[in-house]
Amino acid sequence: MENNTSAKVSAGIDPGFDQLNRDWYIDKAVQVLVFIGGISAIVFIIGIFVFISKEGYGFLVGEFNFKEFFFSPNWRPTSESKETFGILALIAGTASVTGLAMLVAIPFSLGTAIFIAEFSSGKTREFLKITVELLAAIPSVVWGFIGLAIMNPIIIQTFNVPVGLNVLNAGIILGLMAAPIMTSIAEDALKAVPDRYREAAEAMGATRWQVIYKVVLPAAKNGLLGAVLLGVGRGFGETMAVLMATGHSINIPTSVFDSVRALTATIAAELGETAAGSPHYQALFTIGIFLFVITFIINLVADLVVRGVRKG
Amino acid sequence: MVSAGAAPLSEETVSSQVKLGVRDLHISYHHVTALEGVNFDIHEHEIFGIIGPANAGKTSFLKAINRMDMFTPEMKVEGKITFNSVDVSRIRNVYGLRSRIGVVFPLPVGLPLSIYDNVALSPRLRGQKNRAELDVIVERCLTRAALWDEVKDRLDSLGSMLSGGQQQRLTIARALSQDPEMLMLDEFSIAVDPVTTMRIEDVLKELRKEVTIILVTNLVQQARRLADRTAFFLDGRCVEVGVTEDLFTGEVKDQRTRDYVEGRFG
Amino acid sequence: MFEATPLNQRNDTRQKLFRFGLGTMTGLLILPVVLILGTLIYKGAPVISFEFLFTGPTKGMTAGGIFPALLGTILLVLVALIASVPLGIAAAIYLSEYAADNWFTRTINLAIINLAGVPSIVHALFGVGAFVIFFRFGTSILAASLTLAIMTLPVVIVATRESLQAVPMAFREACWNMGATRWQTIRRVVLPNAITGILTGVILEVSRTAGETAPIMFTGAAFFLPLLPQSVFDQTMALSLHLFVVSTQVPGMPENLPFGVALVLISMVLLMNSLSIALRMYLRGKKKW
Repeated sequence: MENNTSAKVSAGIDPGFDQLNRDWYIDKAVQVLVFIGGISAIVFIIGIFVFISKEGYGFLVGEFNFKEFFFSPNWRPTSESKETFGILALIAGTASVTGLAMLVAIPFSLGTAIFIAEFSSGKTREFLKITVELLAAIPSVVWGFIGLAIMNPIIIQTFNVPVGLNVLNAGIILGLMAAPIMTSIAEDALKAVPDRYREAAEAMGATRWQVIYKVVLPAAKNGLLGAVLLGVGRGFGETMAVLMATGHSINIPTSVFDSVRALTATIAAELGETAAGSPHYQALFTIGIFLFVITFIINLVADLVVRGVRKG
Repeated sequence: MVSAGAAPLSEETVSSQVKLGVRDLHISYHHVTALEGVNFDIHEHEIFGIIGPANAGKTSFLKAINRMDMFTPEMKVEGKITFNSVDVSRIRNVYGLRSRIGVVFPLPVGLPLSIYDNVALSPRLRGQKNRAELDVIVERCLTRAALWDEVKDRLDSLGSMLSGGQQQRLTIARALSQDPEMLMLDEFSIAVDPVTTMRIEDVLKELRKEVTIILVTNLVQQARRLADRTAFFLDGRCVEVGVTEDLFTGEVKDQRTRDYVEGRFG
Repeated sequence: MFEATPLNQRNDTRQKLFRFGLGTMTGLLILPVVLILGTLIYKGAPVISFEFLFTGPTKGMTAGGIFPALLGTILLVLVALIASVPLGIAAAIYLSEYAADNWFTRTINLAIINLAGVPSIVHALFGVGAFVIFFRFGTSILAASLTLAIMTLPVVIVATRESLQAVPMAFREACWNMGATRWQTIRRVVLPNAITGILTGVILEVSRTAGETAPIMFTGAAFFLPLLPQSVFDQTMALSLHLFVVSTQVPGMPENLPFGVALVLISMVLLMNSLSIALRMYLRGKKKW
């Protein structure tokens, strides 16, 4: 019976709807195009690594000496007698400025995030969020200028020191810079804690701050850690502000009033003066590779930490 | 083959052509069966009812027909469904298939376009640009869906902001604007008031001259009012297929069918 | 009512203290920035005039205006947008409309996060290695803009993806059911309803691009040029770099001039951001479903 039926059916009806028409081909073409867009981010990240490695390669296989590079404080790439490429002092400069910046930014950004997420509502909340967003938009060269033209004289006067361009200046500037971004991310993490957690704790008679301390903060722990890590990454990679506010002198700092020089700032200050392909030029690219790898790791860890929050 | 597909057919339906053939259909999600053992033919110009309680696999069945399973990676369809005797699983241009099948969902979806653009969307997708022709299509489809009188003065307002019942009629108008060969309605009356339901039912009776209709419904009496033949789905199986009136009054093969249509469960 | 027990009172006091402390911190975070902005306006505003904006620097940059830098920034931003907006929107469409939830998509997302997180000076090194040297664009507007485009690509991708994903799935399914291809669905229903959100992202990108300095230092921006650029293969001055130059590199600079430059730059950036925020709030008030 089935054979009978299908024979009859196939006689009369036109199956023409399965023809591949223009819309079908356009759809396929778009699919390919947006896929190219999608993989572009991967291509660029690989491209960045490949191209800076290509330029730094000559140094890595030539003058590069692991022990000198990482453990010598002497960055003398243009010395007449003997060139040395030690980035220890530069690492110390970056680390001290980033460290101080985090001392400023972590408490302030977390405090502000808690205030916005848990203690404000309506218009206040909206106003604070917009303000934080606008603060995050101030360009780093403007921050550098602020360090140079406003913070510098203030530090000289307040602490009676000869130079105001130092770890303190750059640390505060960098802290103010990183805090808004950290605040936004931390606030997102706090907002992601479901309200039923808060309600359950409040139903048991806990006060607002107890709820925050005992319930909200532990639940948002990973997101907050992610915010801090991204802040560290940001401070570590910041260029213009530290170039302008640190004083830019090679130093392993012993106090916050010492001038220092950061890894990023060294590249920014010296790349223009080097001849392409020279050891100095290649050494600057090698610092670039180092910065790339470190920030990649920081971002990767931050991403894993924040992702852990969503799974849990 | 001897199975539910070989159910007795009335004189009238045997003589017409098969629009949709279903053989050994098996649908699963993550290896959990949602529907199996479906075998029947749906003929041109018939209203084919599908009744059954929730989770019987009715909606999955409709998704398999117009290949919406490709947007649900975990949904697996085995067996064979033919539309115009073409195996739908072998179709490359699934859009061509879907454009010939109008679908109405349980929850109405008015697209965030103007009412006019909602109804004109499908003709436009097929390349119709002539405004006068579009005007005719829009008015005809909205009238048939019993919505024209209510919206004719505000065709520019957003379709997604209409009331639930109006959105459902808009969805029906949109399905009609496809000029479909087959119409699949999935519990359309959930979102509509009883009066509108009756008006739409009248429209369906009329449409039957032009299109084949699959009417999935949670209202047993609606199937009785409209459907020529009806299938009863229960717990992921097609329990019974037959001439609708037989399910209510005649012999049924499975006692559960009788229990369901008489309202003893479901 | 319940009597206030000593414990309750203590908790109440603590709560007030806590709230006050947090509010103070918020204030302390915002206040310095407000003071700083006030100083910028106080010292910078007197410098700004029609002539400052529309004439070039004179007397070794210690006098005159900033027109070449302003124009250069606009050019850099425009070329960067031409490169990054289509690419970013394509990437966002792929991620929102096509990508499955698998390792490949996670890799793309990780790449986007890193693209945003890599230090700007590393982007500069990449620009030098790739565009200036390898593709032989030389130090030019093209090389600098492409470097900026790649650096700010994540801004467009993330904003676009978010606004695409805000369009409910049911609309797509309704379209697919009617026989619309994926692209027809995107073009006719998804994109029109996401366009304001995308625009917000593009404006944010303009703001980011205009403020960046390090990526353009060695790829196309010059300290000083006597002539305006004639093509994308010429170098250009830029506002951000100009601020760096006038505040660090030029001896005998009148005190207020750099403040003027900083004020123009920050006004541009904050104006763009405010525009983006206003657009977003307008969008939120205007529900379409």
